[in-house]
Amino acid sequence: MKKFIANTEIDVNDEGYLTDFSQWNKDIGNELAKEQEIEMTDKHWEVIDYIHDKYKNEEPLSIRGIKKSGVINIKEFYALFPAGPLKKATLIAGIPKPKSCI
Amino acid sequence: MKNLVILGAGTSGTMMSNHLVSKLPKKDWKITVIDQYKTHYYQPGFLFLPFDIYTTKQVKKKGKKFIPKHVNYIQEKIELIVPENNQVKLESGTTLNYDILIIATGTKIAPDEIEGMNGPEWHKSVFDFYTYEGAKALRNKLRDWKGGKLVVHITEMPIKCPVAPLEFAFLADSYFKNKGMRDKVDITYVTPLGGAFTKPKATEALHYLLEEKNIKEVTDFNIERVDYENNKIIDYADTEVEYDLLVTVPTNMGDALIERSGMGDDLNFVPTHKATLQTKDYENIFAIGDATNLPASKAGSVAHFEAEILTENILRFIEGEPLKEEFDGHANCFIETGNGKALLIDFNYTHEPVEGTFPFPGVGPLKLLKESRTNHMGKMAFRWIYWNMLIKGIHIPFVSATMSEKGKEFEKTT
Ligand SMILES: Cc1cc2nc3c(=O)[nH]c(=O)nc-3n(C[C@H](O)[C@H](O)[C@H](O)COP(=O)(O)OP(=O)(O)OC[C@H]3O[C@@H](n4cnc5c(N)ncnc54)[C@H](O)[C@@H]3O)c2cc1C
Repeated sequence: MKKFIANTEIDVNDEGYLTDFSQWNKDIGNELAKEQEIEMTDKHWEVIDYIHDKYKNEEPLSIRGIKKSGVINIKEFYALFPAGPLKKATLIAGIPKPKSCI
Repeated sequence: MKNLVILGAGTSGTMMSNHLVSKLPKKDWKITVIDQYKTHYYQPGFLFLPFDIYTTKQVKKKGKKFIPKHVNYIQEKIELIVPENNQVKLESGTTLNYDILIIATGTKIAPDEIEGMNGPEWHKSVFDFYTYEGAKALRNKLRDWKGGKLVVHITEMPIKCPVAPLEFAFLADSYFKNKGMRDKVDITYVTPLGGAFTKPKATEALHYLLEEKNIKEVTDFNIERVDYENNKIIDYADTEVEYDLLVTVPTNMGDALIERSGMGDDLNFVPTHKATLQTKDYENIFAIGDATNLPASKAGSVAHFEAEILTENILRFIEGEPLKEEFDGHANCFIETGNGKALLIDFNYTHEPVEGTFPFPGVGPLKLLKESRTNHMGKMAFRWIYWNMLIKGIHIPFVSATMSEKGKEFEKTT
């Protein structure tokens, strides 16, 4: 479905995740964060950068991966993106919700 | 004479040695398979052992019995793979050379990954059922447990047979009902995922079962530690779940051998091409079953489908032909729902579990995503099929390696 945000039209799925990463930019990230009641700081963006890196290299995201990321520890990750940090961070980053394989 | 070496004689390694022995000319190829244990365990049986449905005898047999005569079987711990030299080193110091290597070392639980899990309460009030020892200790505990809070818990994904913990919760419900003490037991299912199942379609179909059986659900729970002194598990968001009896599935990791050899990812799984089963780093090394990093279920049925395709690809590799990119992640598994019923699901990399019937379109006899007694019989028959057909590499009639779309109502995953 279509969504209008940060003066741009984007395509999202029914959970609000972008379906086309090329539509993403930082302003959209900021607005998506606000909808999650998150005010983005430099530390937040550092995490988003890390997530984009993983996404571009087709490496799966996991809580374990965060622990080894060198960017942040898990406690901080929860503090920045409260309740379901991986889900929220990927939503803001404009990439699909991580699916753990079955 | 050339050497083909198989590491691990579990489900996959045993199957591969049976497949290959009849395909590779004996005058040119020597096949060797190595495993550290004398016993071959029927791991799906570990789900039933705690509830006294299976006996210990039904889940273990001597491994050698299933290895064909013409295969060289070595019972020893594998120390190291040295891919640069095409060599494998065993614990005793023996070195084996290989032309082709198949890694089939599976996955095992790593309770040390979580603080307090493998502590003084391990196998006293904190149990696993993914090992023979754990399942048996839990059986003894359940036999005279007086009731209380039972927590069935998954530490992190991926785990082998991802539905087993849910089945455990269902079987526990029937077990305590049959013992006339269900009212004394409170069952909670705790998962790091957003729902009881990882595929949305199956979550939808399975959720009613949790309600019907009065099993509580705690989702998105990423465990930080087990506080065994105060009987609770605590996650990174500081959510706490209390237990009297914790049945957990610890982190699943590939064998330390893979780490020692520098061949694995964060969880010691071997990076493998998902359609050909060739490893990403070495063209004469292949991997199969739970040891790979494939985004498919870690299950015996998956290994069975993989084995057929891997056999073909090994033959092609020897002939210098291009490998077949055929594996589609096909999995099918029975899900025990308790009270003598089960459901069957069938899916692959791209298709979600579907409704329909299997293996005959429209007729069955097995019902996909619907609870039935026939499915339960299917699950029980699986033990016989496992020992007598599956690991011997005998083709199971009507069941093909890639997923059939007949008789199923499809919906593509996005
Ligand atoms: C509780 C439970 C329920 C299950 N239910 C089902 C089910 O209903 N249906 C289904 O299809 N699957 C089920 N499974 C999964 C199934 O058992 C596995 O997916 C299957 O056994 C994988 O086969 P594998 O050969 O890859 O690994 P394994 O069978 O685990 O074999 C690996 C072998 O490698 C050996 N090995 C490892 N490292 C070394 C070393 N360094 N030196 C020497 N030897 C080594 C091990 O000793 C082992 O024998 C279940 C599993 C569990 C635990």
